Parts: sequence; structure tokens; C-alpha cells
Amino acid sequence: MKALFYYFIFPGFLFSVVIGLLACWVDRKVTARLQWRVGPPWYQNFVDIIKLLGKEIIFPEGAKITFLLAPFLGVLSLGLVSTILGLNIIYPGQGFLGDLIVVLYLMTIPAIAMIIGASASANPLASVGASREMKLVLAYELPFLLSVITIILRSGGSIQLGNILAHQVSFGSNIISFSGAIAFIVAILCIQAKLGFAPFDISEAEQEIMAGTLIEYSGLPLAIFKLIKALLLYTLPIFLITLFWAKDLSPLFLIGKFIAILVIIILIKNTNPRVRIDQAVRFFWGKLTLVALIGLILAILGL
Amino acid sequence: MSHKVVVPIGPYHPLQEEPEYFRLYVEGEKVVDIDIVIGYLHRGIEKLSESKHFDQVAFLVERICGICSNSHPIAYCQAMEDLAGIQVPEKALYIRTIIAELERIHSHLLWLGLAGHFIGYNTVWMWAWKYREPVLDMFEMISGNRNHYAMMKIGGVRRDILDEDIPALKKTLDDLVPIVAMFKGAVMDDPVIQSRLKGVGILTKQQAIDWCVVGPTARASGLNMDLRRDDPYAAYDMVNWKVIVQEEGDIFAKTVVRILELGESISIIRQCLDKMPKGEFDANVKQIPAGVGIGRIEAPRGECFHYVKSDGTNRPIRHKIRAPSYMNVASNKVGAVGGTISDAAITLAAVDPCYCCTERTAVIEKSSDRKILNGFDLIKLSQDKTEALKERMGHGTIK
Repeated sequence: MKALFYYFIFPGFLFSVVIGLLACWVDRKVTARLQWRVGPPWYQNFVDIIKLLGKEIIFPEGAKITFLLAPFLGVLSLGLVSTILGLNIIYPGQGFLGDLIVVLYLMTIPAIAMIIGASASANPLASVGASREMKLVLAYELPFLLSVITIILRSGGSIQLGNILAHQVSFGSNIISFSGAIAFIVAILCIQAKLGFAPFDISEAEQEIMAGTLIEYSGLPLAIFKLIKALLLYTLPIFLITLFWAKDLSPLFLIGKFIAILVIIILIKNTNPRVRIDQAVRFFWGKLTLVALIGLILAILGL
Repeated sequence: MSHKVVVPIGPYHPLQEEPEYFRLYVEGEKVVDIDIVIGYLHRGIEKLSESKHFDQVAFLVERICGICSNSHPIAYCQAMEDLAGIQVPEKALYIRTIIAELERIHSHLLWLGLAGHFIGYNTVWMWAWKYREPVLDMFEMISGNRNHYAMMKIGGVRRDILDEDIPALKKTLDDLVPIVAMFKGAVMDDPVIQSRLKGVGILTKQQAIDWCVVGPTARASGLNMDLRRDDPYAAYDMVNWKVIVQEEGDIFAKTVVRILELGESISIIRQCLDKMPKGEFDANVKQIPAGVGIGRIEAPRGECFHYVKSDGTNRPIRHKIRAPSYMNVASNKVGAVGGTISDAAITLAAVDPCYCCTERTAVIEKSSDRKILNGFDLIKLSQDKTEALKERMGHGTIK
């Protein structure tokens, strides 16, 4: 019973959806103010989701059943991620060995779900979007993992989130150190791509391939994909805070840190044009991997 | 060609604000061929023109394009003046120059915003369009309209620029200078924008000549041509300015040409406001003889050409129009092929194809079928708004 409550209500699915949709509102509002617009009211994203739930589900001719299953795959895995992260923050030391690895795997699943769904939708633009998403996943996972390994090294080789938190509580946040700061910068750029935000909103590029991966989705499945975006906007900053910035996790500090990371992400999103997929791959595998490696070496040296 | 994947851009697509159809044949991300289909917007303007009398045609051709809505009337009026041998008063020439350059500013800012949007940089889009508003306000102050200014008339202009309006116009222009400088920095020095636009969609000088491109598209490919200098009309030979030419021929060069032209346009308008003589602004043309005339001008997108033939009655018997986008759109065949889909999106838009927006609205109460707002109410609303605007900017009423 308790596990079900954790997963579905708090700190799992329902809680993180609410926070995620509010984070989406922060994104829209800050973006609007940056662009001299007014922006929507705080409940806009909730209304959008409810509206989508009432719309017809169009199943394209020639599509496979995975077209409908893919979004659920993504949202369920993210529910699990938010449960694990939330429990670790509320009850440190309650995790299990290797939960960091589980979280890393589960956080890749939404992108894979998007690739599966798009490939199953029998639309040429969606397949272009899927191929872009696939290249992007391959590109950003390398530096992202390197930055996570940096943190693992700094925390004495532990792959348990609870230990990483405990290490930071006793020795100070990882972000304060050289290697931690470098890994944080790398991770936040990778997260920009994980979220599908500019400059890496390549797989959805509405001006080029008309929402790409999402082009055939409507009604409930589209709403689920919007929820996935919202959940990502909640879980990824929380994941960053857990790994890099967890010296003090009292509620007020946690909210402040969450909003700070959110605003950084939104600012990057609004001050960059979309790059091409080849430029993105070159950036992640070239410059960013190099920077991540430098961070890793610094971590080995103990800096 | 049959087994290649086709990525359609159009006829209705988020990229294009107008119905145009580009069929991209792709292999993976690479564009290997492109079909350009235009003609969705054909409205038979040339034929319509033959059923209007000469004064009405000026209003008709204004409706060809919603963005360069001054270019066609000015070219038409020059064609008529060429036909009838009319001397246009000097003040009218200056007013024509001011209107044409204001239009260039708002058109280039509009393109800059759209270009930002097309490469996924929505902040540039919103900012460019925000700063385009003062230009439209200036239009409203001068003519009472934001677009479709109805300023051109055979033998002159319809409205004077009042002396008491000039300080407010100059002030708004001065406010635009730092904005242009800001865009110059934000767009031309941004490394990510450079990586997206440099070396993309290249149209070499020879290709530009072969495809007969005009306007900023040609000037970005190193073709030093500008009708304002090469065949001076209005007051362009009475003010100092220079033609902006870039050699690279890529999208970045096209952007640079347009941004730098903003500065030149502001300088031209300032000089015109200073030098504008007093006196008549209309030659009061009563009769159009039989004959033919041509008028060509440098519209924001390139050379706009009008040919009018008259048989001595009050209507043209032939009116031929060539808009600049007609030449520029075809050059996409060179620019877009060989790039990726991402590049094609911005390449197709970089020639600044123009669209029109000439719809009317009526708000109808559903229960009683009663019109709440009809055309006259809307005109009244818009006139009230203009009065409020003029009051805010600080000067007299429209005469």
C-alpha cells in the first residue's frame, strides 16, 4: 500500500505532475516576459492537459499499436524516477544500491518512447524527427554520463543516491569544487537536450518538420507526451540538485535551487537559435565531451 | 525520383505565412531536389486593373502585397507619369522617399523577426516585431493607416507631412537608431547564429546573375545593383546614402545586408525630413493621353516593375506587373538543394517572399444574426485609435 502511495501520489506521479506543470508555467511566463509578451495564467498548462484529454484520438492509417503504447512507457518510467528521487530527498539512506544507475536508465526511456512512437506513426516527418532524436540521444548521453561519473568519483565511488547526498552534507556541495562546477555546466547543457529545449529542440522543430516526432499525436497520447515534458522539467532539475547542490535541502532552499536551475534552463532556451543535428552531435561529442573529461581528470586529482 | 522521401513544405505549413508549396526530395536529412509550386494566391490583379479607372488602380495595386504595400502604387504612379509626361512637385518626391524608406525599415524588421523564428530563435522574432511597432505608428501618424497607407497618387501624393508632425517623426527615428545597433550586435555577433547562417544556402555571384535575382538577395551575392542609385526616382539623387553589398552570398550575408540597410534608410528619412521644401504636393492631373509607360522602383525585396498601356480613355488597356519575389523564389532551387532540411527552412525564407493579408471581418451575434461590428464600425474604431495615437505622440489632428 505504502509503495503504491509513494508511486502514484507523493512524491511520485501526481505530485511531480503538479509541480512539473507549474514549472512549465514558469517556463512560459518567463519566456513571455523576455519576449515582451504577457504570458498565460498559472493554471494554463492544467487546462491544456484537460482539454487534450477530451479530444478525439486519431490513429493514423498504417500505424502500429506501439504508437499508442509509447507515451505510457515514457510517463510510467518518469513516475518511477520522481518517486526514487523524492524518497531519497525526504528519507535519505532509504535508497538501494545502484539506484543512481536505475534513475539514469529510466531517464533515457522518455526519449526512446518518443522514438518508438514516432517510428510507429508511419509519417515521413515523424521518421525524420525520430532519426534526429536518436542521434541526439546518442550525442548527449556520453557527456552526461561522464559528468555523472565525475560526481560518483567525488563521492567515493558510490552509486547510491543516498550516499552521494550524505557525502555532500558532510563535505559540502559538489558544485563548489572545480570538477563539480565543470560537470554541472556539462550536465545542464545535456539536460537542455534531454528536455528538447532550444538550442536542441531539433527533433520537434516546428518550422522545419512541423513538431516532428509528435506530428501524428492527438488527444490522450499527446496529453501524455505533454505530461512527459512536464515531468522532465521537474525530475531533471531535481536530479541535478541531488547530484550537485545538495548541502542544504530544507524545503525553502530546495524550492529556491529548483527555480534557479529552471531559470538558467529557460534563459539558455530563449537566447539561442536552434542548431542543426550535425552541429549538435559535433558539439556534444567534441567540445562538451572534452570539457567533461577535463572535469573527470580534475575529480581524479581530487580537485 | 519516385522512391525518394518527400518532405512537403506547404501549401499550409508553420514555416510559410502564405500558401506556397515546396516539395523537398530528401535522402535522410539531405535535400537532393526541390520542386517549387506557386500560384495559390493568384487573384487576377492585372485583369482587374483593366476594369478600374486610373485613380482606382493605385488602390488596387496597393492590395497586391500587405508588406510592401507602397512599392506597387509608387511604381504604378511612376509608370503613369512616364506615360503622360507629368512633372511631380518636389515636395511629393520627398514624401514618396520618406514613405518608401519607412516601408523598407518595417519590412526588413519583419523579415528579421521571421528569420529568427525560422531558426527557432523566437526571442529575436518577438523583439524585432516589437520594435517594428514605432515604424507602424509613424505610418499611422502620417497617413492614418498602419499598412495600406494610400499615399500615392498619379502626379503626387494624397497627404502632406505636416510641419508639426516632423519633430515627433524625428524623435521616433532617433529612438530607432540604438535599436538597429542592438540588432546589429545581437544578430551579427552571435556565434550560434553565425554557425547556423554562415555558409548556408549560398548563391554565388554567377548564380545570382543566372537566376536574375534582385534586391537584397542579389546585393548579398556581390551584385552591386540598386535602382535607387542606378535609375534614381523620387528624391534618392538628392540625399546621401550608400548601397550595401556583401560578397558571400549566404544567408548571413543576406541578413547583414538587410540590417545595414535599416541604418541607411533611417539616414535617408532624416535627410528628407530636413530638406523637404514647402509648397504643392500634387500636380492635379486631369487627363491621361494614349501611350505606354513603365515605372520601376527598388522595393524592400528588389526591383518592382509596372508597365501600363493607355488608349486615351480612363482605364488602362494593359497593366503588367512583375514583383521582386517572382525572381527571388526561383533561386531557392540553387540555394536549398545540397543542404539539410534545417537549412532549407531558413534558405526558403531568406529571399523574403511576401504575402498578403487583405481580409475583412464582421462580428455577428449568433442568436439574432445581428452584426455587432461591421465595416463602418471598424473604420470608426480605427480612426479613433489613430486620434489617440496622435495625441499620445503629441501633435495635431489629421487634415
